[in-house]
Amino acid sequence: MPALERIGAAALPVIVGVILLYGFFRGVDVFDAFLAGAKEGIGTSLGILPTLIGLIVAVGMVRASGLLDLLCALAEPLAQLAGVDPELAPLALLRPISGSGSSAFTLSLLERFGPDSETGKIASVLASSTETTFYAITVYFGACQYKKLRYTVPAALLGDMTALVLSVAAVKLFG
Amino acid sequence: MINYIWFGMIALSILCASLNGRLDQLSAALLDGASDAVELSIFLLGSMCAWLGFLRIAEESGLTRLLARCFSPVIDRLFPDYRNDPDIKGKICMNVTANLLGLGNAATPLGLSAMKAMAEKSPGALPSRGMILFVVVNTASLQLLPVNMAAMRASCGSAQPFGILPQIWISSLGALLAGVAFCKLAERRQERVRREGAL
Repeated sequence: MPALERIGAAALPVIVGVILLYGFFRGVDVFDAFLAGAKEGIGTSLGILPTLIGLIVAVGMVRASGLLDLLCALAEPLAQLAGVDPELAPLALLRPISGSGSSAFTLSLLERFGPDSETGKIASVLASSTETTFYAITVYFGACQYKKLRYTVPAALLGDMTALVLSVAAVKLFG
Repeated sequence: MINYIWFGMIALSILCASLNGRLDQLSAALLDGASDAVELSIFLLGSMCAWLGFLRIAEESGLTRLLARCFSPVIDRLFPDYRNDPDIKGKICMNVTANLLGLGNAATPLGLSAMKAMAEKSPGALPSRGMILFVVVNTASLQLLPVNMAAMRASCGSAQPFGILPQIWISSLGALLAGVAFCKLAERRQERVRREGAL
């Protein structure tokens, strides 16, 4: 499948190229426009820094305190019930809260079980079928200073649960 | 909600660490986490500025409006409040396109730009239904080509790095549909509650 990989690698240059060419030939002062937009990025980045600190500190504490291990131990019977390796439980719990944590854990699972084993496949599917839910929610709303989020969290968590169930089911059904 | 979750994460961690005798690790994690966050935001600063720069070029040239027109059948249905707002629709489309192509680093800056534009349209203490739906769509992050995962699988010696593509589509599309369905039902319920309150 090297063709697909090439398409993937080409996505970014193609998008940037299209934006630039279209802008240039429509008579936009491309560099000036770029600078004006990029300047906004500074404020936006600084604006989400407090949110990032709060989130990353909390996730780090959950992992270091052993709370995550405890939760995984509680989730193990569920994993056995579903007929999957209990080693997948930490990934299911990490995925919504920590992007870097869950990719590191996925990598360790792929190395241990092999990427083409059933566990390796479930891990691959699970890790790539959703975003880091809490990161997305806190950063997106943190950037616009909302405190009450109405039904955002339950809706997003329902999505995560669906992804979890479907990852296992899809790999079990289609290999 | 986030208040309770954040409080719960930290309070339970402290409780758990004191029972486990892992208070040293907990203190280290707290300080490391704070500096990791600063490192991450410096790392993000560059891509944030670059993508918002390219977004501005695309907006000034009318490319985002063009994209918005192409996506209109879907976007108008999902976000009816912004039907007549090509700017917001354009930003939403740029974010969705970045997500579909697996460009996570681009999706966040483009998404934040869309959120800010939507926030300006609906002042008040509560986020609008469009903003909530937009965030939920982003948490599901439907990818057509999960390039990073394929690279990770290839580096572990997979015979078929992209072999799990259909499974990822099924699972990710399912998550997206479930989240969107929940939002639409919640929107309808809140609308009804509001109407009954007004009577």
